Amino acid sequence: MSTQSASARETTEGTVYTVTGGDWDEVVQTAAKADDERIVVNMGPQHPSTHGVLRLILEIEGETVTEARCGIGYLHTGIEKNLEYRTWTQGTTFVTRMDYLTSFFNETAYCLAVEKLLGIEDQVPDRATIIRVLLMELNRLSSHLVCIATGGMELGATTIMIYGFRDRELILDLYELITGLRMNHAFIRPGGLAQDLPPGAVDHIREFVKKMQKNLPEYDKLATGNPIFKARMQDVGHLDLTGCMALGATGPILRSAGLPHDLRKAQPYCGYETYDFDVPTTDTADAYGRFLIRLEEMRQSLAIVEQCLDRLQPGPVMVTDKKIAWPAQLALGPDGLGNSLDHIKKIMGTSMEALIHHFKLVTEGFRVPPGQAYAAVESPKGELGVHAVSDGGTRPYRVHYRDPSFTNLQAMAAMCEGGQVADVIVAVASIDPVMGGVDR
Amino acid sequence: MSGANGNGTNGTGGGADRPNPDKDLGASNLPGQRGDGGEEIRVQRGMFGADSGGDTSGYGGLVRSIRLPGPATRPYGGWFDEVADELEGALEEQDLLPENVIGKTVVDRGELTFHIEREHLPRVARTLRDDPALRFELCTGVSGVHYPADKGRELHAVYHLRSITHNRLIRLEVSAPDSDPRIPSLVGVYPTNDWHEREAYDFFGIVFEGHPALTRIMMPDDWQGFPQRKDYPLGGIAVEYKGAQIPAPDQRRSYS
Repeated sequence: MSTQSASARETTEGTVYTVTGGDWDEVVQTAAKADDERIVVNMGPQHPSTHGVLRLILEIEGETVTEARCGIGYLHTGIEKNLEYRTWTQGTTFVTRMDYLTSFFNETAYCLAVEKLLGIEDQVPDRATIIRVLLMELNRLSSHLVCIATGGMELGATTIMIYGFRDRELILDLYELITGLRMNHAFIRPGGLAQDLPPGAVDHIREFVKKMQKNLPEYDKLATGNPIFKARMQDVGHLDLTGCMALGATGPILRSAGLPHDLRKAQPYCGYETYDFDVPTTDTADAYGRFLIRLEEMRQSLAIVEQCLDRLQPGPVMVTDKKIAWPAQLALGPDGLGNSLDHIKKIMGTSMEALIHHFKLVTEGFRVPPGQAYAAVESPKGELGVHAVSDGGTRPYRVHYRDPSFTNLQAMAAMCEGGQVADVIVAVASIDPVMGGVDR
Repeated sequence: MSGANGNGTNGTGGGADRPNPDKDLGASNLPGQRGDGGEEIRVQRGMFGADSGGDTSGYGGLVRSIRLPGPATRPYGGWFDEVADELEGALEEQDLLPENVIGKTVVDRGELTFHIEREHLPRVARTLRDDPALRFELCTGVSGVHYPADKGRELHAVYHLRSITHNRLIRLEVSAPDSDPRIPSLVGVYPTNDWHEREAYDFFGIVFEGHPALTRIMMPDDWQGFPQRKDYPLGGIAVEYKGAQIPAPDQRRSYS
């Protein structure tokens, strides 16, 4: 058969139909006529509902998926390899691009690992740590918003997508205000932060919190009780606790199976033990449960953001060790963020030693004592781990990211096999994989 | 050999009355070297990555040994001893001599690392997972590291195991020579390692024996070579910036 929507061609593997949109029934009918009942459907890597460049290979029987596999690697950019050719400080510029929806988590995890290698965890100023937590929790909100928004869109619920991106925009505005960039910030640096919060940032964030407290219930009203939404999500993408542990699934997937495991509580970092928040769980182990968990986590994050704002005290945002901290307070110039004019005047005009020190620190970077360290943070998707190895040089010897999207995506087969084709989309959306993180 | 290294990087100046900072094992945040302790993984000569032509840098005679933290002695401190005791006990119950299985135990930066002989890795992992006193249920995957100058132990596979029951994290490290890059697969114990092992194979060429389908995962199927090995070039082209040619990242001067 050959129609406009599904042209057939003979290959050594049998008849291959190239589906280009159109009538699905036609394809199914034609396929039913063929002797071979096994249909392998390739979905992606360029398909709007596969969350980026994810390729799904589905073996189907009628509407039932009998086998599901992922093809990944389409967004592999060799970030881990690249890190080995830059200084430790430059590393943040790379890692922020891995899972581009959770930039601050990538940066924090990397910096925590470098700080562990340097042995300066205790010297990072309080203000820097609080701002890190603040940014991470804002980031958790924006990541979950994208998950819920795109997840909704993939179900055909476009309203929830508009809502999600509307609220994410508010957060991106805050990022822009604080770091100068909407994505790929490289704001968190080994030893602290690139710079302090700009004037007025706290007021802006407070205003945002107020707005968000009003907007968050809209998701509940729109989706939580919505019978269509529930029918599409409930009992779909099922993965129980045993499956989670075996497949290494963490984050909302693990918590939807009923285990309240959250690194912020279990192995606190950045002073999370001093914040007041809950770890929501459900026992449904399905996509709907994960949706509810993400909603609740957004509320908790908002509460943590408020606590951060209450705690902020004036102070430094970088370690005092002059051999690690870049010597200048950075300032925004016409060509982007750079050294402040005052600092340039000082090193160029008055102090040769300061100039040498600045030059060596920026071009060479600092040395990190040999050894290895593992630092993990609870990203919106689960355990984000960084294994950093130093050989005593000014560049990382090896940095490996244990990205939760990568690990969680393995659960796709377990969630989808035996289910309907349409449920594959829901299951994948409930995993919330971001290919930038999966492929790195 | 150590004096040259200390200059300019530790910032203390170097008066004759001061102790040699490179020999000061207790010092924190020091560059490069930690006295003569630890395991040597490489000897580095010269600086700036220059290895051809005459020595114009003046650093050509510099010899520096790169050492990773060496084995720790008991007590390891905290719950580390408990885990080590339990693991050794459990291995003895399985008629294995702990000293044959655990090459060395390293405690560094508040982290516990067991270096495991590769043939015993699956047994050790299964013990760590199933023993009620150990119960490391979650494996966070495997990270490959390449030490080309560490002869006979060039390829390392590093596993981080998390126990949710006891709220602990340990590290297992296994090494294999370049000439025989085989390490037993842990997919049977931790199915999550499926993709992680494929990734380590893809980038380092570590062959995980017993893996159900060890194929490339990130690179194209017909890719030649293993990109994250140290001898594999990063690649890239020179870029012009404000009139100057900036060389490709792997052609730039190295200070390490």
